[in-house]
Amino acid sequence: MSTRVDLLLISQMVAAGTRVLDVGCGDGELLRLLAETRQVDARGMELSQRGVNDCVAKGLSVIQGDADTDLIDYPTDGFDYVILSQTIQATRHPRKVLEQMLRIGRHAIVSFPNFGHWNIRWQLATRGRMPVTKNLSYSWYDTPNIHFCTLRDFVALTQELNASIERAVALDANGAPVRVNAPWSFWNLFGEQAVFLLKRRD
Amino acid sequence: MSSSPVPTIELTADLRLREVDEPHSLVAHFGPDEALRLDVGVDLAPFTIAYQTYGQLNGAKSNAVLICHALTGDQHVANVHPVTGKDGWWETMVGPGKPIDTERYFIICANVIGGCMGTTGPASLHPATGRPWGLDLPMITIRDMVRAQAMLIDRLGIDQLFAVVGGSMGGMQVLQWAALFPERVFAAMPIATAARHSSQNIAFHEVGRQAVMADPEWRQGRYFDHSIRPHKGLAVARMAAHITYLSDEALHRKFGRKLQDRAAPTFSFDADFQIESYLRHQGSSFVERFDANSYLYLTRAMDYFDLAADYGGVLANAFKGTRTRFCVISFTSDWLFATSESRAIVHALNAGGASVSFVEVETDKGHDAFLLDEPELFDCSRGFLDSAARARGLV
Repeated sequence: MSTRVDLLLISQMVAAGTRVLDVGCGDGELLRLLAETRQVDARGMELSQRGVNDCVAKGLSVIQGDADTDLIDYPTDGFDYVILSQTIQATRHPRKVLEQMLRIGRHAIVSFPNFGHWNIRWQLATRGRMPVTKNLSYSWYDTPNIHFCTLRDFVALTQELNASIERAVALDANGAPVRVNAPWSFWNLFGEQAVFLLKRRD
Repeated sequence: MSSSPVPTIELTADLRLREVDEPHSLVAHFGPDEALRLDVGVDLAPFTIAYQTYGQLNGAKSNAVLICHALTGDQHVANVHPVTGKDGWWETMVGPGKPIDTERYFIICANVIGGCMGTTGPASLHPATGRPWGLDLPMITIRDMVRAQAMLIDRLGIDQLFAVVGGSMGGMQVLQWAALFPERVFAAMPIATAARHSSQNIAFHEVGRQAVMADPEWRQGRYFDHSIRPHKGLAVARMAAHITYLSDEALHRKFGRKLQDRAAPTFSFDADFQIESYLRHQGSSFVERFDANSYLYLTRAMDYFDLAADYGGVLANAFKGTRTRFCVISFTSDWLFATSESRAIVHALNAGGASVSFVEVETDKGHDAFLLDEPELFDCSRGFLDSAARARGLV
C-alpha cells in the first residue's frame, strides 16, 4: 500500500529530530513515517482502542483519547508540532481543538477535505442533495464529518486565532499539488484537500 | 478440586518454612552496616533478599529487566515452584522468545521485603532472638520494597534497568521505581494497577486481615510459638480475595450454578456448587505456600500506597521531567484495578510530557487477566519492549 500523499506532505513539513504529537493517529501510519524519515520523538492519540492497541503492538507510543476532551491534559509547549490529519471536520469543537493544538505545540499541522471544491459545489448546485464523493463517501445521516469547512473558511479561522500560515498546500482530486502561485479563490475551487502548517504568534 | 486435604497442608507447610530460611533461589545478604531505612523510620539490618535471575547480563549491563511480583507472587517467575511443583507464575510472558525474552534480557525477580519465600519478612528469624519476627517486624511499604530492590540492583552492579515490569502490587512497585529512581529506569510497564489503593480495595484487604486475626490459631501473630498456623483464617482471606480477581462474567461462564459431583442439591452446607468447591480449593492450596503474617504485612503495604500523596497530592509531580518511557496496560473486566485507575496514571504522565502508551485489553477474565493467556497483552508488551530495546541500542 502506498503512503497517502497528504501524509508525505505533512512529514515534509516537520523538522527532523523534533517532538511531534499526532492527534487521531489511526493505525499509526504517519507516526511510523515520521519516526523513520524524520527521526522525531513521535507520540499519538487515537479515539479507538483497537487502533491504539495496534499502534502499541507496532512499538509506537500511543494513548487512547478524544481530541475534543483530552488535549487539555497535555502541557503547554510539550511538543514542537501537533498534527491533526483528516480529523478536524469530525470534531465537535474544531476551534477549541485548534486552540489547544497551538497551545501544546508551537506549530500545528492540519489537513482536511475542502468543502469548497468545485465537484462539491457542482453536486449541491445541480442536484440539490448533500454531496457524496470518492473521498467523502458518507451519506449525510451517517457521516462522522459534522463540521465541514472550505479552504477559505479555515484561513479565516487561523486569522481569528492569530496563527500565521507558514505553508499551505492544496491537492487536486488526483492528489497532485495545486499551483502554488494561484490565488486563494483558485485553490478553494480546485483543491480537494488542503494541508496547512500553522505557527502560533507570541 | 477436592477440598481441604488437611494432612498434606501440614507436610507442605514444613516445606514452606524451609523456603523462608533456605530458599531454593539466589540470596543476597545485607549486613548490619547495610541497613534498609524503612518508611516508618526504623533501620532494618541485617536482612536478606531471595531472588531469581534468567538469561545473561550483557557486557554493558544494559539489558536487565526487573520483574516485580504481586501480593501472593514470589521470585519464581519462570521456573518450577519449589513448594507447589507448578510452573512459574509468569511463564506466559517470560521465557525464550516470549515478550520478556530470556534470550535477550537479563531478568531479575526478587521476593519482596515482608514476603515469605526467603526475603526478610515476618516468618524470618529475628537476628537478636532467633525466633520469627512475627508482628515485631516494622510495617513495610511499597517504597521499602523498591528501596530494597535497588540495593539488590546495586549489589549486581547494574546502574540502569532496561525495564521494570509488574502487575497489581508489582505495578505499584513499577510506579514507585519510576518516581523514586527515574534515571535508573529506561522503560516501565505498570499493568493492572493504580497509583493509590482505593477505599474499596482497602475494604477487601481489611476483610482478609480480619479473617486471619479471627482465627483462634493466629494467637496475636505468635502462632509459630505454638507450632500451629491459622490455616482457616488465611484460607477464608484468600477465598474472599480470589473473588475480586475474577469477573462476574468469567465466574458465570466457568461455573454458573453448576453442582459439584452431585445431581441435586444436598440441602446442607456442603460445597454443593462448583464455585464453592473451587474457592475452598483456592483457599486450602494457598495456605500451603503462604505465611499468614506475611499476608497481613503485604496487604497493608498496598493499602498505604498513595503515590500522589508523596508529591504534594499531584500525581504528575511524581513523574516530573522523567525520561522513562511508559506502557500502561489495563483490562476491561478488571474491577479491582479498573481502567479508570490506569487512565489517571496516563493523565499524570501526559501532563508531565512523558512518553506513554496506554493499552486497554478487552477480556472477561478480570484482574487475573495479567497472569493469563491474553494475546493482546503479549503483542503490546512485545511491541513496547522491542521498540524500547531499539532506542536503548539493544539489538
